[in-house]
Amino acid sequence: MATTVLFFIFAGLAIGCALSTVYHRNPLYGAVSLVGVFVSLSCIYVTLAAPFIAAVQILIYAGAIMVLVIFVIMLLNLDEEKPYRRLNYLYALGGFLGIVLLAQTFFVFVAVNKTPKKTIVNPDETVGKTLSIGANMYTEYLLPVEIVGVLLLMAIIGGVILVRRLSQPELKLVVDNELELRNEADEKDDYRIAL
Amino acid sequence: MEQILKTAFPFLVYVVGLTVVFGIVMGVVAYTVLAERKVLGWIQGRIGPNRVGPWGMFQPFADLLKFIFKEDLVPDKSTKFIYFLAPLVAVTCAMMPMAIYPFGPTITTIDWSFLPFGLGEGIRALPLIVARIDVGLLYVLGITSVGVYGIALAGWSSNNKYSLMGGLRSSAQMISYELAMGASILGVVMLAGTLDLGGIIEAQSRSPWWSRWYIIPQFIGFIVFLIAAFAETNRVPFDLPEAETELVAGFHTEYSALKFALFFMAEYINMFTVSVMCTTLFLGGWYTPFVSYVFPVGSIGYALASFILFMAKVCAFLFFYIWVRGTLPRFRFDQLMNFGWKFLLPLALANVILTIVIVYFLNS
Repeated sequence: MATTVLFFIFAGLAIGCALSTVYHRNPLYGAVSLVGVFVSLSCIYVTLAAPFIAAVQILIYAGAIMVLVIFVIMLLNLDEEKPYRRLNYLYALGGFLGIVLLAQTFFVFVAVNKTPKKTIVNPDETVGKTLSIGANMYTEYLLPVEIVGVLLLMAIIGGVILVRRLSQPELKLVVDNELELRNEADEKDDYRIAL
Repeated sequence: MEQILKTAFPFLVYVVGLTVVFGIVMGVVAYTVLAERKVLGWIQGRIGPNRVGPWGMFQPFADLLKFIFKEDLVPDKSTKFIYFLAPLVAVTCAMMPMAIYPFGPTITTIDWSFLPFGLGEGIRALPLIVARIDVGLLYVLGITSVGVYGIALAGWSSNNKYSLMGGLRSSAQMISYELAMGASILGVVMLAGTLDLGGIIEAQSRSPWWSRWYIIPQFIGFIVFLIAAFAETNRVPFDLPEAETELVAGFHTEYSALKFALFFMAEYINMFTVSVMCTTLFLGGWYTPFVSYVFPVGSIGYALASFILFMAKVCAFLFFYIWVRGTLPRFRFDQLMNFGWKFLLPLALANVILTIVIVYFLNS
């Protein structure tokens, strides 16, 4: 009973921080929210009686990887992303694709529930071996595997879109804006402090 | 009513324990501030504060009142949310290891039947540690890693180039020396066989006579840990982030009043935490070899004597911190990074390899 309540609290915190990560325009707020996600996950590991995994999660993810990300954000002095007003029609497209994703997830869920789940290996002699991992991945833990596949696809496509090369007229616009900003800075005193 | 009390009793015990530990830590921190000023004064040929009470005993309260009543400035163009978050992160991460400080041995000779409602039945021991976590050492190292955020975010959110540079330098220094600190602890963990702080102390009490205190077999690890600890807590000779140009105070330039007091307090609590870790890992924590001949193990007298000796060891380390502050000059930033990566980390790893070889030959 207590573990259920705690799970919902920490899971709610994790989901809230994850939403906050993708919501903010300022990249630093996103990074700090991501640290919140990792800390919430670590608390969930503690409720699952895995204190080592929880400590190592904080040590590695929140303590090392996110510090690296925050360093990069601070050193590159990334500004807030200004919203592009010419891309308003993409909101509707995004909504439609979101519904397609939901349908896809529902289909995956139904298909996995229809799969027969029989263990075909002897658990005692194959624990930890590749055979048992593979067998369990495709029978008992099929749903998480399929959902992770969908998530990875989303992440890859999202990464490709975010760093896409702009077409020629858009590129000229972006470069002109940047040059204007830089020339403006040259007129005032521009300090360059070496690290 | 009785049922509620019975179910809530373990939590009540934890709450009371944490309150007591919090009181001890706050008291020690307040008087460390005073001790620093007095000892620095004596080293520099003057007396420290002596106005506020006999020997300046009430100076910490005067300092606290001053911090509360100062004007609270918030820079105009700063990122407000992170500006307010940074001292909170710093002080929270400083206080979190409070739960696993091993203050003393378990007291087993108290008869708990004096508690009302039959709460005392079945209880045999009163451990003097609030929580014995299986992975205590990893917990402390993880919290120290997260404590870097307080400084990095403070430097960034002040909207001040000096603060940003000070904050980044300080974060770079802290993450570099975290590695050396972790590597220097590995030898102790290998000898003790556990990551639990109470378990490490018990392993030291059960060792052969030449390794009753792990400082003897692990003296290289001890030196590396001590130096890395100075760098982790941003103390002299590694306090470049705080006194960078002597005019601008680094990452906490733009913080005034109580927010600055939080950073200040976080630094001293970090000092206390690192001193406790040092005594636990290398000086046997509350275990001192001849106390068990004077008092029987598990009695209140043994626990009290062990606690007093533990606090004496911790205070010796705090005095050492203050002594070094009054004596050594400051590192330059490139010297600092060279020293951390090219000297301390290889030395700590060499210590680990040496320990592995010696333990293997001792066991075979």
